[in-house]
Amino acid sequence: MIAFWVVALLAIAGALVVVLHRNPVYSALGLVLTLFQVAVIFALLEAPLLALLQVIVYAGAIVVLFLFVIMLLALEPEKRLAAPFPVAVAGLVLAGLLGFALAAASTVPLAGAGQGALPAGFGSPESLAASLFGAHLLPFELTSVLLLVAVVGAVVLARRRS
Amino acid sequence: MEVFFSLAKVVVAFVIILQLTLILLWVERKGSALIQDRVGANRANLFGGLLPFNLGIVNTWMADPLKLFHKEDIVPADADRFLHWLAPFVGIVPLFLTFAVIPFGDVLKVGGFTIDLVAAPIPASVLFVLAMASLAVYGVVIGGWASNSRWAFLGGVRGTAQMISYELALGLAIVSVVLTYGSLDLQAIARAQGALMWGVVPAWGVFYQPVALVLLFIAGMAESKRAPFDLPEAESELVAGFFTEYSGSKQSVFMMADFVEVAIVAALVTTLFFGGWQVPWLGREGFHFPGGLDIALPSLVVTLLQIGSFLLKLFIFCWVQILVRWSLPRMRYDHLMAFGWKRLLPIGLVNLVVTAVFVLAFEGWTVR
Amino acid sequence: MEPYAALLASFALCAVVAAILVCASWILGPRNPTATKLEVFETGNPSSGSLRGIRFPVKFYLVAIFFVVFDVEVVFLYPWAVVLRQLGWAGLVEMAVFVAILGAGLAYVWKAGALEWD
Repeated sequence: MIAFWVVALLAIAGALVVVLHRNPVYSALGLVLTLFQVAVIFALLEAPLLALLQVIVYAGAIVVLFLFVIMLLALEPEKRLAAPFPVAVAGLVLAGLLGFALAAASTVPLAGAGQGALPAGFGSPESLAASLFGAHLLPFELTSVLLLVAVVGAVVLARRRS
Repeated sequence: MEVFFSLAKVVVAFVIILQLTLILLWVERKGSALIQDRVGANRANLFGGLLPFNLGIVNTWMADPLKLFHKEDIVPADADRFLHWLAPFVGIVPLFLTFAVIPFGDVLKVGGFTIDLVAAPIPASVLFVLAMASLAVYGVVIGGWASNSRWAFLGGVRGTAQMISYELALGLAIVSVVLTYGSLDLQAIARAQGALMWGVVPAWGVFYQPVALVLLFIAGMAESKRAPFDLPEAESELVAGFFTEYSGSKQSVFMMADFVEVAIVAALVTTLFFGGWQVPWLGREGFHFPGGLDIALPSLVVTLLQIGSFLLKLFIFCWVQILVRWSLPRMRYDHLMAFGWKRLLPIGLVNLVVTAVFVLAFEGWTVR
Repeated sequence: MEPYAALLASFALCAVVAAILVCASWILGPRNPTATKLEVFETGNPSSGSLRGIRFPVKFYLVAIFFVVFDVEVVFLYPWAVVLRQLGWAGLVEMAVFVAILGAGLAYVWKAGALEWD
C-alpha cells in the first residue's frame, strides 16, 4: 500500500511536468516517468507481463516517437500566455467537473472487484494469451489492420510531392 | 537470513557487471594493440616508474577511472544543465539493472536454504531485458539534445534511429527462442538447456536456433553502437557523436555504457543459446557422461563450476565482439538502415514462422 | 513480492553508483571555465549558433513510426510464443494472419521506397 502511494504520487508528479513544463522535451520525459509508474502499478496488481509490455511499447517506442516529432518540428519552449478571463473560468469549471466525475466514479465499485483471491495464474503469459487468442481473437486481428493503416498513412503523408 | 541472501545476490550481480566493464576496457585496449601490432596501455606504475614492469590491468581497473574522475566537468554554455546531467544517468541505470535478471548459476545450497542464483527472479525476465534495452535509448537522445551542439544532435538522432531499428530484429530473434523453450523466464530457459538431445548433445539453443543466434548477435552489436555499427559516435565524421560535449566522469559513463551493452549481448547469447551456466553433462549431483560414467560432486563444487562456466562463456562472447569491432570497417548509414529493415527483419519473421511450424509438427523437437 | 523487492534493491544500488560516477568529476575535478572552453566543439571553427530552430529529415520520423507499429506486432508475439503448444495449429493460423497483414505493410513500405536513404 505504501508502494502504491509512492508510485501514484510519482505518476502524478510526472503528469504535472507533462502539462506544466514549458519545454516540450521535459514534457516528453515527464510522460516517460508517468508511464513507467503506471507500469509499476501494473506490477503491483500482479500483472507483470502487462507492466513490461507497457514499458516496451509506451516508454520504449511511443515516447521516442514523440521526442522525434518535437525535435523534427524544432519546437521552442512555449511562451506563457495570460489566459483571457472567460477562458480561465471555462478551464476552471471543466477541471472542476472532471474532478467531480473522477471522485464520483471512484465511489462506484468496479465490476468484479472485491471477489477475493485472484484466479490461479492471473496475469501470467498463459492466461493473457488464452484470452487474447480465444475470446478476443477478432479485436486482435483487427489490430493488425489498424497498424497497417498507420504505416500506410505515415508513408503517404511523408511522400515528397513531385 | 533470506533477506541477507537476496541482498548478497543483488550485490554479486552488480559487482560482476561493474568489474567486467573495467576488465573489458583493459582487454579491449590490449586486444586492439595486439591486432594493430602496438604495445597498448602500459602506463600504470607506482611513484613515477618505481616498478620495472607496468601494472597491467591496473591501467584500466584503477588508473583510467581515477584519471577521468579528476578531469574538469565541462558543460557547454548553451546546454541544458539538468538534461546534460540526466543523460548519462538514464543511459546507464537500465543497463546495469539488466544484470539483476540474468541467471549466473543454478541453485546454491547453504545450511538448509536453496537459493536461486538470479539476483531478482521476476517472472518474464526476457521481457525485462528488452524493456531495459528500450529505455537505454533515452541516454543517447537526451545526451544529443541537451548538449545543444550540432554534432551531438546528429549523433543522438542517428543513434536513436539505429537502436530502434535493430531492436525489432533483436525482439524477433528472442521470440524464436521463447517459442523453442516455451518460457519467458531466463532461468527456466537456462535450465531447459541442461537436457540432452539423443542422450548425448546438450540441448543448447545454438543447435535449435542458429539463425536467431546470428540475428541476435548482429542486432545486439548494433544496439551497443560499436564498430561496425558505430555511426552514432563515428569519430571521423561526428567528432564523438552524442557525447561530443561530455568530459570527465560523465563521458566515462557513456563509454562504460557501451561496455555494459557488450556484456549484456554476451550474457543474452550465453543464456539463450549456449546453456547459460550449464556445464555439459553436469547435473545437480555431479557429472553424468553419456558413456554411463558418473562422477558425484558436492553441491558447492557443482555451483562453483556453473558460475565459472557462465563467466567463461560471458567473457568469450565479449571477446568475440571486441574482435569484430577491431576487424570490420564502419558501415554506411543507408546500408545500416537497409540492412536492419530489409534483411534482418524479414529473416527474423521467416525464422519465426519456420520455428513455429517445427514446434507444432514435431512434438518432441524440443525439451520443455 | 520478494523478487520485486530484490529488483528495487538492485535499482537503488545501480542508481546510487551511477549517480556517484556521473557526479565524480564535478566533485573531484578542477573548475575553471573559460568562454572558449564552454563553447560547443565544432572542430575548431566558431560555433554556428544554437541548435534550437534547426530541423532534421522526415525520414527519422518515419523510422520511428514504423518502429512503433512493428514493435506492437512483436509485443503480441511474446505471449503467443509461450502458449503456442497449447493453442496448436489454430494458434499458428491466427498469428499467421496477423503477421501476414503486417508483412503486407512492410512490403508496401519497402515498395514505396520509404526505407531508402538518399
